[in-house]
Amino acid sequence: MTDIQINISNKTYPTATKPSIEGLKLSLNSNEFTCLVGPSGCGKTTLLNIIAGLDNDYDGDILVGQQHTHPKIGYIFQNPRLLPWRTVRENIELALEGNPSPEVIDELLEIMQLTAAQHVYPERLSLGMSRRVAIIRAFAVDPEVLLMDEPFVSLDAPTARQVRELLLKLWQQRPHTVLFVTHDLREAIALADRLVFLSASPMRVVSEITVPIARSERGNELAIESFRQQLLKNHPEIKPLL
Amino acid sequence: MSGQLPFHLGVTLLRLVVSFTVAMLLGCAIGIVLGRNQKLDAFFDNWLVIFLNVPALVTIILCYVWFGLVESAAILAVVINKLPNVIVTIREGTRALDQDLLEMARCYRFSKRKTLVHVIWPQLHPFVMGATRSGLALIWKIILVVELLGRSNGMGYQLHLFFQLFDVASILAYTIAFVAVIQLIELLILKPLDKKALRWRR
Repeated sequence: MTDIQINISNKTYPTATKPSIEGLKLSLNSNEFTCLVGPSGCGKTTLLNIIAGLDNDYDGDILVGQQHTHPKIGYIFQNPRLLPWRTVRENIELALEGNPSPEVIDELLEIMQLTAAQHVYPERLSLGMSRRVAIIRAFAVDPEVLLMDEPFVSLDAPTARQVRELLLKLWQQRPHTVLFVTHDLREAIALADRLVFLSASPMRVVSEITVPIARSERGNELAIESFRQQLLKNHPEIKPLL
Repeated sequence: MSGQLPFHLGVTLLRLVVSFTVAMLLGCAIGIVLGRNQKLDAFFDNWLVIFLNVPALVTIILCYVWFGLVESAAILAVVINKLPNVIVTIREGTRALDQDLLEMARCYRFSKRKTLVHVIWPQLHPFVMGATRSGLALIWKIILVVELLGRSNGMGYQLHLFFQLFDVASILAYTIAFVAVIQLIELLILKPLDKKALRWRR
């Protein structure tokens, strides 16, 4: 796994008068879980699409190790984006190149508790289950960076919590570099090694804060809440971004 | 009855299969390309409207005049009449493709073939079935005129003969045979295809 440098000097949409992103520098360390926190509409999805290579209309560059290239990615979108006419298992297999080994997929299905549903079509799944399939698909390709764009946003609180815990479990078994976008500070603290706060129009990095809470303590809501209070007190500059 | 019905029905069916296959394959390919490429679409849009509206009789006569009273001219005339319909239907389907899923396919580096088979084609299925059903109906109608004007076998030729003899009974007999064939195609080919392709729906 190599480090990834993202350097976007300017991204302006053709119809816009001012840039959406300006002078944004971000480096992702190997196997680190980074959360991007910023107000809705500040351009976080734009940033992910640039990293993913979906949007090539920008000034700047992306370095994977020493090479100017787009990293191999796994992308978990806001909606699961599964192919409705393919089963759960086929959806995962299709993302993989060549002949995927069945054991890896079996193991991922097992961890995400979807073994029983592997031959079901996505329309029969609950939203929480579809999200889990999307998570498996992203991990299955063994990406250089995993992009997650508010993947728990429309889930009810208990389901979101369950999927979040499964995601962490999977990530700890198979560490990957993760870039996770959210506007929910509690969620970010529960997940991240490092928080990156972003400002709106044009988007810039305001501050980067490491989360020192041990992984075993992440389920403890009190620890999360007290860290949040402390964070807001010590870093008044992030308040308007939440 | 002379026992000639199966032969003439068979000849017409063969022409139907050949011209239908050619028109669908070409139409789907061109329709997908036009639906995904705005510049080409803008260029060909007017031509498409023209071909869509030229009367079938005109293309049939021109084909026979230019290429002679031969089998290939007959097939070509049918294809030209059917093709614009397929292109327009498939083009609309391609324009309505789900961009989210196409983005997903790009992210996960689907090859062109994989994207076509697993992402695009299932979304086009209702449009292809629509083009198939309306196309079969259209081709039947045109193929009989083609046979009437320039072939010496097939249902169109026979019906013309019966018309000259005022043989209404034979005309009705051919019509019944024709209806039976249509029902068989629907029941044995199209319905099972629909069922298989739509099994994922709730």
